[in-house]
Amino acid sequence: MTAPLLQLDAVTMQFGGLRCLSDFSFAVGEHELVGLIGPNGAGKTTVFNLITGVYRPTGGKITFAGKSVVGHRPYRITARGIARTFQNIRLFSSLSVFDNVRTACNMHLQHGISHALLRADGFAREESEIESSILELLEIFGLTAERDFSCRALPYGDQRRLEIVRALATRPKLLLLDEPAAGMNPTEKIELMKLIRFTQEKFGLAVLLVEHDMRVVMGICQRITVLDYGKKIAEGTPGEIRRDPNVIAAYLGKEADA
Amino acid sequence: MIEFIQQLINGLSQGSIYALIALGYTMVFGVLRFINFAHGDVFMLGGFAGLYTAPVLLKFFGGGPSFPGATAVLLAAMLICAVVGIAIERLCYRPLRDRPRLTVLITAIGVSLFIESTGQYVFGVNPQSFPEIITDRAIEIPESWGAVSALTITAGQLIVIGVTIFLLIGLRAVVLYTRLGMAMRALSFNPLVASLMGVNTDVVISFTFGLGSALAGAAGILTSIQQPSIDPLMGVNAGLKAFVAAVLGGIGNISGAALGGVLIGFLEALVVGYINPTYRDAIVFAVLILILLLKPSGLLGTSEREKV
Amino acid sequence: MIDRSKSLLLLAFVVCGVLSALAGNINPYYYDIIIGVGINIILAASLNLVNGYTGQFSLGHAGFMAVGAYSSSWLTLSFGHLLGLNTPGTTTTYVLALIAGGLMAALAGLAVGIPSLRLRGDYLAIVTLGFNEIIKGIIQNAEPLGAQRGLGGMLQHTNFFWTYAFAALTVYIVLSLVHSTYGSGFLAVRDDEIAAEAMGINTTKYKVLAFVIGAFLAGIAGGLYAHFKQFIHPEGFNFLRSFDIVVMVILGGMGSTAGVCLAAVLLTILPEWLRAVSGYPWLPEWLRPITENRMILYSLLLIILMLTRPQGLFGGVNLKRKKS
Repeated sequence: MTAPLLQLDAVTMQFGGLRCLSDFSFAVGEHELVGLIGPNGAGKTTVFNLITGVYRPTGGKITFAGKSVVGHRPYRITARGIARTFQNIRLFSSLSVFDNVRTACNMHLQHGISHALLRADGFAREESEIESSILELLEIFGLTAERDFSCRALPYGDQRRLEIVRALATRPKLLLLDEPAAGMNPTEKIELMKLIRFTQEKFGLAVLLVEHDMRVVMGICQRITVLDYGKKIAEGTPGEIRRDPNVIAAYLGKEADA
Repeated sequence: MIEFIQQLINGLSQGSIYALIALGYTMVFGVLRFINFAHGDVFMLGGFAGLYTAPVLLKFFGGGPSFPGATAVLLAAMLICAVVGIAIERLCYRPLRDRPRLTVLITAIGVSLFIESTGQYVFGVNPQSFPEIITDRAIEIPESWGAVSALTITAGQLIVIGVTIFLLIGLRAVVLYTRLGMAMRALSFNPLVASLMGVNTDVVISFTFGLGSALAGAAGILTSIQQPSIDPLMGVNAGLKAFVAAVLGGIGNISGAALGGVLIGFLEALVVGYINPTYRDAIVFAVLILILLLKPSGLLGTSEREKV
Repeated sequence: MIDRSKSLLLLAFVVCGVLSALAGNINPYYYDIIIGVGINIILAASLNLVNGYTGQFSLGHAGFMAVGAYSSSWLTLSFGHLLGLNTPGTTTTYVLALIAGGLMAALAGLAVGIPSLRLRGDYLAIVTLGFNEIIKGIIQNAEPLGAQRGLGGMLQHTNFFWTYAFAALTVYIVLSLVHSTYGSGFLAVRDDEIAAEAMGINTTKYKVLAFVIGAFLAGIAGGLYAHFKQFIHPEGFNFLRSFDIVVMVILGGMGSTAGVCLAAVLLTILPEWLRAVSGYPWLPEWLRPITENRMILYSLLLIILMLTRPQGLFGGVNLKRKKS
C-alpha cells in the first residue's frame, strides 16, 4: 500500500478560546476522490486553510508527498502541488477569463523579470507556450469563447468552472474544492459532478471535496470523512456513511432515533 | 525626580488634547471602519470658531476673561464643530458608504486638504492670537508641601485636564447609558445586524461624527488657552499625533483613545525634556510604525481576522 | 507584439533625439512646462505601478523623488569635475549619476516596502506618508545635503531628450511588466492577495518589487528635476508633492498607464493656466482664490472625482462596485 499523498496527523486548531479542530487525523491517496462533510461550522474550511497554509495548526502534523507543509507560506504549498478553490468565489475581478488563468501560470515561469523587460526571443516563446496551454485548458472546459470577457460577466456556474480551471493551471497533484456546488441548480450540479470526475481522471489528480449537497458527495466520492464540532465522527464509503448513526445524529439531532 | 513629575504634568495636559481628538478618530473608525483624515482639521476649526465667537460671547458675560464666558465659547465651538462634522459626513462620506474603503480614504484626504487650503485663504496664512477667555496664571504651591512646591502648574493646565476628564465622563455616560450610545456600540460590532435590529444607521453615524467633532472642537479651544497662537495648519500636526494615539490605544476602542492620548502626551514631554525637542515629531512617527508592525490592534484593541 | 514594443521604445528614443535637436531656441517658460510634463509622467506612471497595478496605496512617492534628487546632485557636485561634467552637454556621465540616484531611491523603496507588507489600505497609506516625512526630516538635518537651506549649484544637464527618453523608458518598463505573465502577479496581488497566494504567487515579492521599481523611477525623476531647476529644497518633496502625484494617478484612472500620462500632462499645465487666468481683469472675485491657491481646486477636484467618477478618466480598476 503506497504512502498517502496528503496526511494529517492529530491536527488541532485553536483560535483563542475556540477549538475549531481537535485531534484530526486524515489521509488522501494519489488519484483518490475523497469527500469531507459535516454540519455548518464543523471545521471543514478550516481543514482546507490548514492544508494550504492560510492558518498554522496549533498542534499535529501535515505532510504532503512525504514532506511537512506546516509553517510554509501558501504560495510555496501551491508550488508543491496543492491547489484550491474557495467557498466564496475568489476570482481576480478586474481581469479577463484568460488573464485569470494566466496568473496561475506565473509560478511555472522559467524566465524572470529581466526577460519580461528585455523581451528577447526566449520570452516570446515562453509566452506563446503559456498562451497555448491556457487555451487548451479553456477549450477542455468550454470557456474558449469567453476568453476575453471580464470574469465578472460570466454566469455563476461558469465562474465556478473558471476557478477550477485556474487552480488546474498550477498543475497540482491534489485539488481542494470548497463547496463547488454552492448556489447551483440540480442540472448544474449534475454537470459539476461529471466535471469533477472528468477532471480527476484526465489530469490524474487526487481530489478532496468539501460539500453540503449529499447527492453530489455520495455520487462521486470514493471515501467520505465526517466532521462535527471539529472532531472526526465517521469515515468510510458512501454506503457506510449513509447508514452511520453518529452521522445521522450529527445532521438531524437525536430526534432521528425517535 | 521633581523634574520628571513636571514633565508628566506637562505631558498630561498636552495628552488630554490628544485624547479628545483621538476619540473622534476611534469612534468613527468603530462605526465606519475608516480613518477620517479630515478630523484633525475639525480641531483647527474649533480654535477658529472660538476666535470669532469669543469677542461676542465674552462681551455678553461682562467683557474680559471669565468662567461663564469661557464656558460659552467652549460650548459654541463644540456646537459649530459638531455641525461641521455632521455636514462633512453627510456630503462627502455617506454617498460612498458602499464603495471600497480606498475611495473614502482618498476623499477624506481631499476634504482635509480642502479645509486647510480654504482656511488659509479665509483666515490668512499667518498665525493669529487667540483672545484670553480665562485668566491663565501659575498656581502657587505652598512651601509647606515640601519639594512639590518646585513644580510649575498653571491654571490653564488644570482647566485642560479638568475639562477633559469631565468630557470623558460625559462621553462614557452617553456611550454606556443612552440608546444612541448603545446603538453606536452595536454598529461597531456588526452594522448589518444592527440595522436589522432597527438601528437607524444614518442617524447613529451622524451622531458619532457630531460627538467626535464636538470633542475635537473642545480640544481646539482648550489648546488655545495654553498656546494662544492659532493658524489654519495647526490641525495637521495635532491630528497626526492624535491618530497615532488612537492606534496606540487600539483603534475602535474608546478607553484606548484616552489612554493613547495621555501616553503620547507623556512621551512627547519626556522627549522634549530629556532628549531633544527637534526629535519630537519623528519619535511619534516611529511609535506609529512600531505599533503597526508589532501589535496593530493597539494596547486595548482586538485583532480582526479576514474570513477566508 | 513582443518585438514591437521594444522597437516602439527605440523609435521613441529617436523621435526624442530629433525633437530635441530641432527644438532650438524655444521660449524658456514653455520649455520649463514641457520638461515638467515629462518629469510628472515618470512620477505618475511609476506611482501607478504601485497604487494602480499592485493596489498598494502609497502616499510617499515624493520621498523617493527626494532621495534620487539629492543622491544624484551630491554625486555631480562632488565628482562632476572628475568625470568631465563641468559643462552641460557632456551629459553621458550625468546619466550615471541619475541612475545612481535611482538606485539609492530603490533602496529607500526597499526600506519602506518591507515593513509595509503586513499593512492594509488605510494603515499602509499613513505609514508611507510617515516615511515621506522621515526622509524629508533626514535631509533637513544633513549638512552635506544643505539641510534646511536647500542644495544648489547643479548644472543644467537635463534636457528634452533625457527627460522624454526616460519617460518613454518608464512607460515601457511599466507596460511590458504588466502585460507579461510575470507581471500578472502584480494584478493578482491587487485583486485578491489570498487567492494570489493560493495560485502560487509570492505576494511579498511583488509588493516589494512594485515599491522598489516605483521608487527607482521616481528617483530618476528626482535627478532629472534637480539638474533642471539647479536648486532643490526638502520642502519641495513633502506630502503635498506626493499628493500632487496621487491626484494624477487617480484622475488618470488607477491601472491605466495611458490615463495617468494624460493626467500628468493636464495637471502640469493646469496650474500654469490657472496662474495666467488669475491675472485676467475680467475674472469674478470669488473665483480668484481658486485660481491663486491651486490646492483648493485640487482637493475639490479630488472630492468631486471620488463622488462621481472614482475610476478617473480611463479607469482600469472598478472602484464603484460594492466590496463583498
